[in-house]
Amino acid sequence: MVSAPVSGRKGGRGLVIRFESVSKKYPDGTVAVDRLDLVAPSGAITVLVGPSGCGKTTSLRMINRMIEPTDGRIWLDDRDTATVPTHQLRRGIGYVIQHAGLFPHRTVLDNITTVPELLGHDRKRARRRALELMERVGLPPHFAKRYPAQLSGGQQQRVGVARALAADPPVMLMDEPFSAVDPVVRAQLQNEFLNLQGELGKTIVFVTHDIDEAIKLGDQVAVLQVGGRLAQLAPPAELLSEPADTFVAGFVGRDRGYRALGFAGAGRLPVRQEQVIALGAASGEARDAAEGGWVLVTDAAQRPQGWLRAEADADPPPSTPAEPVTEAQLNLGGTLASENATLREALDAALSSPSGRGVIVDDSGRLLGTVTASEVLARIEQQRAAGERSTQGGES
Amino acid sequence: MIQWLNDPGNWTAPGGILDQLRAHLQYSIIALVIAVALALPVGLLIGHTGRGRWLVTVANAMRALPVVGLLILLYVMLAPHIHGKGDTVYLLPTEIVLVLLAIPPILAGTVSGVENVAPDVRDAAAAMGMRGSQVVRRVELPNALPLVFSGLRSATLQVIATATVAAYLGLGGLGRFVYDGQASQNYAERNAGAVLVALLAVAADLVLALAQRYTVSRGVSGRFPRGRTSEAADGPGGGDLRGEGGGAADGPPVTAETPPSPHTA
Amino acid sequence: MRLLAVDSSPFGMFDYFRQHQDEVLNWLGYHAWLSAVPVVVGLLVALPLGWLAHRYRWAYPPLVTAAGLLYTIPSIALFVSIPSIIGTQILDPINVAVALTVYTVALLVRVVADGLGAVSADVAQAATAMGLTRRQRLLKVELPLAVPVIAAGVRVAVVANVSLVAVAGTIGVPNLGQLFTTGFQLSVGSPYYPPITLGIVLCVLLALAFDLFVVGATWLATPWRRAVSGS
Ligand SMILES: Nc1ncnc2c1ncn2[C@@H]1O[C@H](COP(=O)(O)OP(=O)(O)O)[C@@H](O)[C@H]1O
Ligand SMILES: [Mg+2]
Repeated sequence: MVSAPVSGRKGGRGLVIRFESVSKKYPDGTVAVDRLDLVAPSGAITVLVGPSGCGKTTSLRMINRMIEPTDGRIWLDDRDTATVPTHQLRRGIGYVIQHAGLFPHRTVLDNITTVPELLGHDRKRARRRALELMERVGLPPHFAKRYPAQLSGGQQQRVGVARALAADPPVMLMDEPFSAVDPVVRAQLQNEFLNLQGELGKTIVFVTHDIDEAIKLGDQVAVLQVGGRLAQLAPPAELLSEPADTFVAGFVGRDRGYRALGFAGAGRLPVRQEQVIALGAASGEARDAAEGGWVLVTDAAQRPQGWLRAEADADPPPSTPAEPVTEAQLNLGGTLASENATLREALDAALSSPSGRGVIVDDSGRLLGTVTASEVLARIEQQRAAGERSTQGGES
Repeated sequence: MIQWLNDPGNWTAPGGILDQLRAHLQYSIIALVIAVALALPVGLLIGHTGRGRWLVTVANAMRALPVVGLLILLYVMLAPHIHGKGDTVYLLPTEIVLVLLAIPPILAGTVSGVENVAPDVRDAAAAMGMRGSQVVRRVELPNALPLVFSGLRSATLQVIATATVAAYLGLGGLGRFVYDGQASQNYAERNAGAVLVALLAVAADLVLALAQRYTVSRGVSGRFPRGRTSEAADGPGGGDLRGEGGGAADGPPVTAETPPSPHTA
Repeated sequence: MRLLAVDSSPFGMFDYFRQHQDEVLNWLGYHAWLSAVPVVVGLLVALPLGWLAHRYRWAYPPLVTAAGLLYTIPSIALFVSIPSIIGTQILDPINVAVALTVYTVALLVRVVADGLGAVSADVAQAATAMGLTRRQRLLKVELPLAVPVIAAGVRVAVVANVSLVAVAGTIGVPNLGQLFTTGFQLSVGSPYYPPITLGIVLCVLLALAFDLFVVGATWLATPWRRAVSGS
């Protein structure tokens, strides 16, 4: 019996998927999956990640029996999938693929209602639910009558997700669903997907070759090695901090230390008060308030707008002291970090700021103060020391 | 010729234009119905399973046979064994040739239509829990329709043309005027027959083009109303819209693998 | 008086051929000539027309529609109407040649236009970026890459022509089609197969020979494709 490192969400509505020593050997002799043991807990996202050809797709497609295992069993809760007629099994499992695979001859609405139709559900209700789902995945209702060829890649992918969810299946399989869209849209789709999953609590198996995506989306991440061997199964933070072997360490990447900061809350950072001036104030004021040649400009509601260069040889050249500060003069380079940001975000805010001072804001975007990179690093050192002490304590 | 066409007697007399037009349509429709009934299901099956492609190759190779030769060969072979009344002795060999002729384009069109359905679309259909027959009826056939139609249209043209030649044997149809006019040196009648056959072929193609327009999904044919295209083309798949086609310019583009169908008669 | 082969079965065609050698070879020559010349002339006409339809968007729909319309007309209708259009005698083989040229043009215009258009946007842009003029791009990139598509169209045209020429035989134009009409006339009462099967066999062989010729010519004209398939 295999144990899952992540327990299912409380009240998760999905089934548990259990791989029991599953192997797949293709007729040409390729061993795509080798004695895989894996549990995808109910209501959680399990990500399968690994280099191209390591057997991710094969593993995923054995769940809905698009590929039959040559050995082993796959269980959905206490049902052996091999005992369920394939069409019946598949109608209960949502499936999303890279280019969505939408039916070109059917409208968006008809695409989404495909499975409810196959299941003989009431047409009216299926259509109502499809419209609801469109809204949930961020498609305006007037898209219902469009055809796939009239949609962009990102929009098609949203329809693909809605179609997979239409019959409310407890399990969703997703094979690199976001890798064919550009990075901006991909990030957007990922965020919306996480929100959606927060509401739905499906059991999801998600395949990707992108370790960043795996870490961002996974409740647990399974790293597969070419030859279909499971190299490590762990929550993302653990994968970064304790890679099981050199393969995982190599795959997770060189900047994993920096990425791991993305999982560590900054806690209460010692923010410093910052002298600010308001947009539209006289330029003379800026020169008086400047520190290190830069002054932070805010709007009337104390929300940071950008940095103003306040030196004599500034470029663009300083206006006369009486002239008001305009938006065009501001440097917009720095990122903002919120008060409960991760260490990674706080460090990035400091490193990207032209003044070297990272801007920290509260939830409504009002200025709290600034931090420098060395202050964030000090906090990192502090947390590391604390972490080491606690693990040493645990061992002794 | 205009005079000949303007003579109402030439239209309504027994064996006149109306009679021969009806006969021509009848021979053609019978052959096409049989050919579709045979070639469409077989083509869907070959396309769906990927097995039996050699049948398409054989059917295509048959296009090298000279139609007139085939027609006369079959007539000579069958005539001594047919003792029915009226036209049967001509009709049976002709219908066999017409069916044989109509099968290859319909079969080839259907098979490549199904094969052209994107693999991920079929995959999605199966993964959603469609049975094999459901995948064929709900996904493969609707997406193959443009190529099925282009096969059917080219079969129709060949059938109408060959039915004309069958008048040489003695069968009715508009070809009667061509051959009778030629034999009796009544060139007005002969030329009128030629024009009528040409008009019939164009009209039949037009009817099928209309049928195609109304049965093929806009999502497949790409006929979208203007101004309703995607506003946000944020990736591949966006803006891939084809304009309005029209008339004989319809149909998929020609490639090395899918050359247009030949005339054989 | 006609010499008839004793064997009236399909295999009597060998005897029939020996007895009518001169006549049959004469018909075969006509047949080959009538099948091939229209393809050559038709291709020469279709190339500029197809280029026009490819180069100017507005020209594509009218040209391709007109070609499609011409292609719908049954051959026998063309054979008998062309004399009254160009003022030739009805049995003049020129009629057949003109009619088949019309078909070949009708078939190939679209093939050439689509073939030239099939060059991927990447390749076309790379060619422009390398400084090729429109003319150079057409001659050095688009046309060579369209050769396989055009060749496929030419194969269809030439094989179809062999069958169409025989149709002209039914109205008396001298070619292998006369073997069929002869067989038909001699089959009154009981079947007389030799000329019919001989005609079919010769037509198929002729079509096959033309097809192989086009395939071979294409092979010679596209060395880059050999490199790919040979590896
Ligand atoms: N139908 C097949 N026949 C033979 N080998 C296959 C087949 N499908 C996949 N493979 C091989 O199995 C291995 C795993 O493939 P796959 O599961 O698609 O990998 P991934 O999705 O991780 O890129 C690869 O080596 C691939 O070449
Ligand atoms: Mg894969």
